Amino acid sequence: MEQMLNVSSNPHVRDKMTTSRIMQLVVLALLPTTIFGIWNFGLHALLVVLISVASSVIFEWIYDHFMHKPNTVPDFSAVVTGLLLGLNMPPQIPLWIPVLGSAFAIIVVKQLFGGLGQNFMNPALAGRCFLMISFAGKMTNFSVSENYGGVTDAITGATPLAALKAQGFVEGSVPVKNLFLGNIQGTIGETSALAILIGAVILLAFKVIDLKVPLTYIGSFTIFVILYMLFSGMGFNGNYLLCHLFGGGLMLGAWFMATDYVTTPITPKGQLVYGCILGIVTAVFRLFGGSAEGVSYAIIFCNLLVPIIERLTKPVAFGKGGKKA
Amino acid sequence: MKANTPSERLVNGIIKENPTFVLMLGMCPTLAVTTSAVNGIGMGLTTTAVLAASNLMISLLRKFIPDGVRMPAFIVVVASFVTIVQMLLQGFIPSLYDSLGIYIPLIVVNCIILGRAEAYASKNPPIPSLFDGIGMGLGFTLSITCIGAVRELIGAGQLFGHQILPLADAAAGTAGYEPVTIFILAPGAFFVLAMLSAIQNRFKLGAARRGIDPSNPDSCGGACASCGNSMCKGKRG
Repeated sequence: MEQMLNVSSNPHVRDKMTTSRIMQLVVLALLPTTIFGIWNFGLHALLVVLISVASSVIFEWIYDHFMHKPNTVPDFSAVVTGLLLGLNMPPQIPLWIPVLGSAFAIIVVKQLFGGLGQNFMNPALAGRCFLMISFAGKMTNFSVSENYGGVTDAITGATPLAALKAQGFVEGSVPVKNLFLGNIQGTIGETSALAILIGAVILLAFKVIDLKVPLTYIGSFTIFVILYMLFSGMGFNGNYLLCHLFGGGLMLGAWFMATDYVTTPITPKGQLVYGCILGIVTAVFRLFGGSAEGVSYAIIFCNLLVPIIERLTKPVAFGKGGKKA
Repeated sequence: MKANTPSERLVNGIIKENPTFVLMLGMCPTLAVTTSAVNGIGMGLTTTAVLAASNLMISLLRKFIPDGVRMPAFIVVVASFVTIVQMLLQGFIPSLYDSLGIYIPLIVVNCIILGRAEAYASKNPPIPSLFDGIGMGLGFTLSITCIGAVRELIGAGQLFGHQILPLADAAAGTAGYEPVTIFILAPGAFFVLAMLSAIQNRFKLGAARRGIDPSNPDSCGGACASCGNSMCKGKRG
């Protein structure tokens, strides 16, 4: 009886899901992709990923320490940022480039705007775009050296998307099986759709993400590419579509980076709108833009639209709105 | 320091109310032409010349300009000086004229110049107005030269056109500095402006806090525009 009358202040319902647990689950879900990337591209890829993660954590600690803030390293968000940044690097990148990218991602994009929860765009992608603009040559150089011992022996040089941009679509140039399994060129983490989908299943099973953003993103992208094929006189071509779906960073972006809690609308309707805009913007960048890849620019561009989307899709409070009697 | 003396006006323009870092005026040329230190100096000095001359002229005419049409009158005065400066540059320093391009005619609508005309020259006598213009202009020149120098150094490894940091030479196989190209593109202007503003605020606010005397609002130097102390009695606007 006394327990029933006990009045306490909120919160009344607590969940075991904490920030650090979510972040650890994301790291776990990224492991298949990471392991595949290292197996595919060799030891240098491992170094790139390790250095990227380590430098992100170190910059997070340095900022907290020198700005007299509580240490935010244990929430694991810096590890996720570093890991995503590392997976977005070409396998043969010089090792100082991920360090510079981590510094920009953690200090400028995340911490200067107030830390986790306040960053207005995805830090890892902002870091990648910073590097893409600064070192365009190095960031799009996907050629590999001798120590490359994985499964990739079929194609060297350009990524499927870059080849598509440069030469147009050549039927059978990349077997669909390779696209799906990942025996292609690309950044460390983006090549294997299979490994990314395994990670996505982990995230979905633990309810870290739901399907709204990834499905609307991939769906609207697919529809746009199909419409493009029909209206550009190419005719429907399944392999061309698969090349776009699995040949670049779309899978990694849709499942792991477009679903970032901080830079995604919190309203369910807003998430659907956000996913649709992402797909269209990505397709426009890829099909009509100057560079072959458009996922990272599309995601950070749509991150900037999130406050507007949230304002437009704000649900009506109970008792407000509706028709006046 | 006594108000409205020439030296006070110079210090005010260069440090206390620096147009770029404190008042955040004239952002268009600040962001657009500061790809190198030389461009910064050129733009800054051009603006200084126009600013000093227009402040002097507007101050002399302040009794004759009717209040209702003061903006058009200011624009006419500023535009005449800009035209003179533009023709001089085109005639004598064509290289600078080419690199500044459209931003020379755009000095007409530079908000530092119209701002000083409106806020100072139209209310004060000619000599302080002239020095106000020179101070503000030098403050602007100093700021955008700093921004240009930082951007040039990081973005190209150069300073005033000289290669300070040797670049990597792929043909000879030598290692060297790898320019961070984003710094000479548009985003770099925002990064450098933000960083330099933060640095100057850090120095200025520290000095202001140490010497603060709550009973005398002017003891901190009266730099209220950049002061974050909301408890200050003298906080204006």
